[in-house]
Amino acid sequence: MERAELLEQATVAKQAQKRIRIHCCTSTGCQASQSLDVKKQLDNAIKTHNLGDTVEAVGVGCMGFCGQGPMVEIEDADSPAEKKHYQKVTPEQAESIIGSLNGSGEADAIEGDPNHPFFSRQLLIVREHSGRIDPERIDEYLAVGGYQALHHAIYEMSPADVVQEITQSGLRGRGGAGYPTGLKWATVAKMPPGQKYIICNADEGDPGAFMDRSVLESDPHRILEGMAIAGYAVGATQGYIYVRAEYPLAITRLQKAIQQAKRKHCLGAQIFDSPVDFTIEIRVGAGAFVCGEETALIASVEGGRGNPRPRPPYPAVSGLHGCPTLINNVETLGNISPIIRNGAEWFAGIGTERSKGTKIFSLTGKIRNNGLIEVPMGITLREIVEEMGGGVPGANNVKAIQTGGPSGGCIPDRELDTPVDYDSLRELGSMMGSGGMVVMDDDTSMVQVAQFYMEFCRGETCGKCIPCRAGTVQMYQLLTKLLDEKATKRDLDRLKELCGMVQATSLCGLGQTAPNPVLSTLHYFEQEYLDLLQPDPITVAAANRG
Amino acid sequence: MTATRTSPPAKSTEKAKTQDGKPDKRFKVLDITMKRNQYRQDALIEILHKAQEAFGFLEEDVLSYIAHKLQLPLSQVYGVATFYHLFSLKPSGAHTCVVCLGTACYVKGGGDILKAVEEDVGIAAGETTEDGQVSIVTARCIGACGIAPAVVYDGKVAGQQTPEQTCDRIHGWKQADS
Ligand code: FES
Repeated sequence: MERAELLEQATVAKQAQKRIRIHCCTSTGCQASQSLDVKKQLDNAIKTHNLGDTVEAVGVGCMGFCGQGPMVEIEDADSPAEKKHYQKVTPEQAESIIGSLNGSGEADAIEGDPNHPFFSRQLLIVREHSGRIDPERIDEYLAVGGYQALHHAIYEMSPADVVQEITQSGLRGRGGAGYPTGLKWATVAKMPPGQKYIICNADEGDPGAFMDRSVLESDPHRILEGMAIAGYAVGATQGYIYVRAEYPLAITRLQKAIQQAKRKHCLGAQIFDSPVDFTIEIRVGAGAFVCGEETALIASVEGGRGNPRPRPPYPAVSGLHGCPTLINNVETLGNISPIIRNGAEWFAGIGTERSKGTKIFSLTGKIRNNGLIEVPMGITLREIVEEMGGGVPGANNVKAIQTGGPSGGCIPDRELDTPVDYDSLRELGSMMGSGGMVVMDDDTSMVQVAQFYMEFCRGETCGKCIPCRAGTVQMYQLLTKLLDEKATKRDLDRLKELCGMVQATSLCGLGQTAPNPVLSTLHYFEQEYLDLLQPDPITVAAANRG
Repeated sequence: MTATRTSPPAKSTEKAKTQDGKPDKRFKVLDITMKRNQYRQDALIEILHKAQEAFGFLEEDVLSYIAHKLQLPLSQVYGVATFYHLFSLKPSGAHTCVVCLGTACYVKGGGDILKAVEEDVGIAAGETTEDGQVSIVTARCIGACGIAPAVVYDGKVAGQQTPEQTCDRIHGWKQADS
């Protein structure tokens, strides 16, 4: 297919859109608050007001402000800068919102401020179309320039060029550890030709994080396009998306997207009539945190128990069915087509010295503005929590921010001025992880938080190696003993010792990082642990005797 | 040497029919899924999902039926079925209430919801009431953290729940069915 043809399709799709688009969120969070009914009533009202020629209601993906859903946004093509936001919209209010369009009355709905820092401080790359296009229609994706980067890569660039571009962009893996993406791609590309695989890791296991879910539900084609570009770059013709079964809506939308993309020759055999083939299949997980770990995930894609295995060999050398395999997280893949479209330099100009681009965070917990934000790397935690998030509701203060899920740690309020990037968070004893940010206030007991995470790890260990299997159980018991106010100084020492041991000797990332929440809370909130300690009976007895 | 395939246990093929000799529809669903996946062994998890959807849980007969069809040792199928949290080898209730205990829900009181429900219904998480009406399950983040604490009632996500709301919903189920 010629480039002109693709552009033509995009123009046609663009022209088919009405002047005024009413975006109504249909992602999981908003659906739980009846957004589908809102959409239905909007459609009805457009009909009764005879506005069908200029107005359309579009079911879109997530707009980010999930705590205030259902969200409705009005965009007028004549004045695109002036958007209107409505929050917590009920089906009954739909009528008045439509009525307000032609001046007959005011909209009876809570109007939000699109210039609120929650929105204005964001920089959208991965989420650029999220909440603005209908994820179930490929035309909408084409209308915003979708699949043009793939076309460009295939016809204008050699595979080596693509790898080079990604390397120069400085993109690092968004799944957690922050490994340079270009380097990973180059390793797989360098392997001798033959069967290779691309796996999209959509097994978002970190509790408190939902950015991958949102991206998949809001803009699934972006991920397919990213995977296809990756496939071309490293010489793979088969891709798998490993999604959590807990995300049924994301699965349905992905399935639809794959079918539509195949029909348009954006995927499948001979993409755009070129010699390039790339097919994508979905693999549904079944609830196991450990499957987020690369080698465990591969075992699961093969249909087995999600047991990790020691590395090396790394999946890039020997992965799925023993073939070279490139595993990238959803958000990482979401960055690919913009990088190809706008160039490595553009991307490298955003963010900090060693962390380029943006990061999506899910801001939740004890915070006023709940939801998803995409911000440039280097923004401070304070800007995120206080300015964008609006701080803790009520009279309480921020006590700590938990980042990185069970593999991360708690950052105390006194470190709020830290700029957020991979390295600074690690220095604070936490990590970026996939981007969960759970705000905790004064009422939260940090020992309890540590126990909560240890319970999680105890339940999620695959049991293959002893340090992790037995260590997490022991640590959980020690933490419980502390909380029951039965522990002594010796128990605390033992807990610390165990942390180091499990960290150093576990087989995979789950075990190696399991002690992190304990270590970080111990580091910053040791007093809370000490306050729970009981006098040691032996020393007490000795003292009495002496 | 020719490989000899052991014939399937009589039970698992017989099971494909109901007592009145008609083929069991649920096995048909299973057959279609396996066929669509070309009986590929690496599709085992997909097939188990489908089986659980059709049968409600994974009874042993179903597991051995799948093992036979995919030419996998039963031990392996069993091993996979028990490894993942979402597979259940016990029947679940007519209604399920899933309380999210992910971090976001936990800090906003998900634990209190669970405690209240457990006390109210009189069973612990992971159990089903004796009359088979209600199962209580916990989840580790269902990805609706923006509206925490979240509870899933029979597959429908609800946000910003309180212990009272959740107990009320469960009472509603009980009344509707009695
Ligand atoms: S923590 Fe409950 S939905 Fe994420």
